[in-house]
Amino acid sequence: MGSTNSTLLKIPNVEVLMQETGFSPAHIIRLHDRFKALDKEGRGYLCPQDFGAIKELAMNPIGDRIIGAFFSPGKETVDFHAFVKILAHFRPVDKDRPKEPNSPEPINSRSNKLKFAFQLYDQDKDGKISRDELLKVLRAMLGMQVTEEQLESIADRTIQEADLDRDDAISFEEFRKSLEKVNIDHKMSIRFLR
Amino acid sequence: MKTLLKVFKWATVRMERGAKEKNHLLYKPYSLNGIIAKEPTSLEEELKEIRRNGSSRELDGSASTTTGPSPSSSEFEMSDTFYFCRRGIESIVDDEVTKRFSSEELESWNLLTRSNYNFHHISTRLTVLWGLGVVIRYGFLLPLRLTLAITGVSLLVVFTTMIGFLPNGSMKNFLSEKVHLMCYRICVRALTAIITYHHSENKPKNGGICVANHTSPIDVIILASDGCYAMVGQIHGGLMGIIQRSMVKACPHIWFERSEVKDRHLVAKRLSDHVQDKSKLPILIFPEGTCINNTSVMMFKKGSFEIGSTVYPVAIKYDPRFGEAFWNSSKFGMVNYLLRMMSSWAIVCSVWYLPPMSRQEGEDAVQFANRVKAAIARQGGLVDLLWDGGLKRGKVKETFKEEQQKLYSKILVGTQEDRSRS
Repeated sequence: MGSTNSTLLKIPNVEVLMQETGFSPAHIIRLHDRFKALDKEGRGYLCPQDFGAIKELAMNPIGDRIIGAFFSPGKETVDFHAFVKILAHFRPVDKDRPKEPNSPEPINSRSNKLKFAFQLYDQDKDGKISRDELLKVLRAMLGMQVTEEQLESIADRTIQEADLDRDDAISFEEFRKSLEKVNIDHKMSIRFLR
Repeated sequence: MKTLLKVFKWATVRMERGAKEKNHLLYKPYSLNGIIAKEPTSLEEELKEIRRNGSSRELDGSASTTTGPSPSSSEFEMSDTFYFCRRGIESIVDDEVTKRFSSEELESWNLLTRSNYNFHHISTRLTVLWGLGVVIRYGFLLPLRLTLAITGVSLLVVFTTMIGFLPNGSMKNFLSEKVHLMCYRICVRALTAIITYHHSENKPKNGGICVANHTSPIDVIILASDGCYAMVGQIHGGLMGIIQRSMVKACPHIWFERSEVKDRHLVAKRLSDHVQDKSKLPILIFPEGTCINNTSVMMFKKGSFEIGSTVYPVAIKYDPRFGEAFWNSSKFGMVNYLLRMMSSWAIVCSVWYLPPMSRQEGEDAVQFANRVKAAIARQGGLVDLLWDGGLKRGKVKETFKEEQQKLYSKILVGTQEDRSRS
């Protein structure tokens, strides 16, 4: 791809963005196009309604939570940088990246992917998934198809198994431990095309 | 007309070459290639896979009593959210529906600013050619077309009113056919529409329903200039209303009052009455209900397929290189749209008449509609989508979300019932 591409130059701080997220210039351009397509009024940022307009997302049981993950607490808008950074979580893990001791962990590391997933549960961001928060997620995913008792029994059982320090909540470490064997890289990655 | 086509083709190729020389990185329309590769796995498969790998629970002893494939454990796992999360993010990055409601992006530029999203000064040569194009289009073609259009419409109104005074009979039908055809052909010239008709032996006959995919209001003119149809639509006020009323005088069309549209039974009754009468012209219907951007065919509304007469499907495909025919009604009004149409180079399209279809035994209206839709999509080279065109304006129905929830709960709760039985 030519370095003379003017679209790339129009995005501020694009070098830093590429370095932080690991996206190639081609990906950045595609994501920028998508950003512009979602930003119908051309304001330069997205708000929750813009995400809500995506039909497939509206159909997703946890669609609202995913949208919420894009917006930092208290903020009502997300600009292109933040948009790309969140999506960077879903880049496949770079297997042959040399391990430099002083460089910060890449956004798409296994740990960060887990943190993103944890965030979907832990809405009040206190570092723990309480029984209540778990119930809320279950209700979102199952809708009206199950009874309250069934939900509660599922929640109880899940906490029983994952909660190692018996504080009736699942911390991030406990969350990570219970998902040890899951192939996070595969399940929480999207294959970006050239 | 043919020489004009050749000129355009030359110009387009020249443009492509010119653009490629000057601009190293062409604006690549992402809709063609797609940003991501989506794996078409279902919820069940994904969850099974996650669990097989990640479950730390032992295999349940009751596996021997369950019939059929026994999953290692189908209890809720916290990793279940991963599936939904990933699908959600995938749809944020690229989804099938949003891009159907904006104009198709072109590989090469056709000298119309409106179809090139990042038009900027590339070279003097290009700009000069573009300027020349503007002069020709607005200074020469547009006035010519406008006069033709006005002539066509006024002739239509005048002649149909005159014919309306004649008594009913074969003479009237004959004359009205001639008049309609002539006027539509003038309108077609007014838009410089170059139409190729395929398989004219399958043209709709009396007593049938003609069904076509909808891209713009021009579809009507295009189809009507090759055959006579009874139109269906709402009564408008103003100029459209005058045209509608005068057309009705010459031959029976079905125009509804706004209030009647809501009453589906009334609509269906009028349609079926019309269809029963073999002497009446075939009805022309666009079952998508709204304009789609001609890259895909969206869900057909089943109303027209319930009536039970022969359906003649027609596929219309526009060639976007000479002029984008899609009407983005949320962006442009009718007048604006017509002006754009008249100031494009030309409207080039192909019309395929497909062999007639009827509803088969044991097939309900929805399945029939889908069958017809698939045939049209296949012929026109369009993507066949299950989504509802109504999504252009409305919100996704809650039922879709419920479907997902149902599917998921079946996996969880369904197997729990098996366990409690054992």
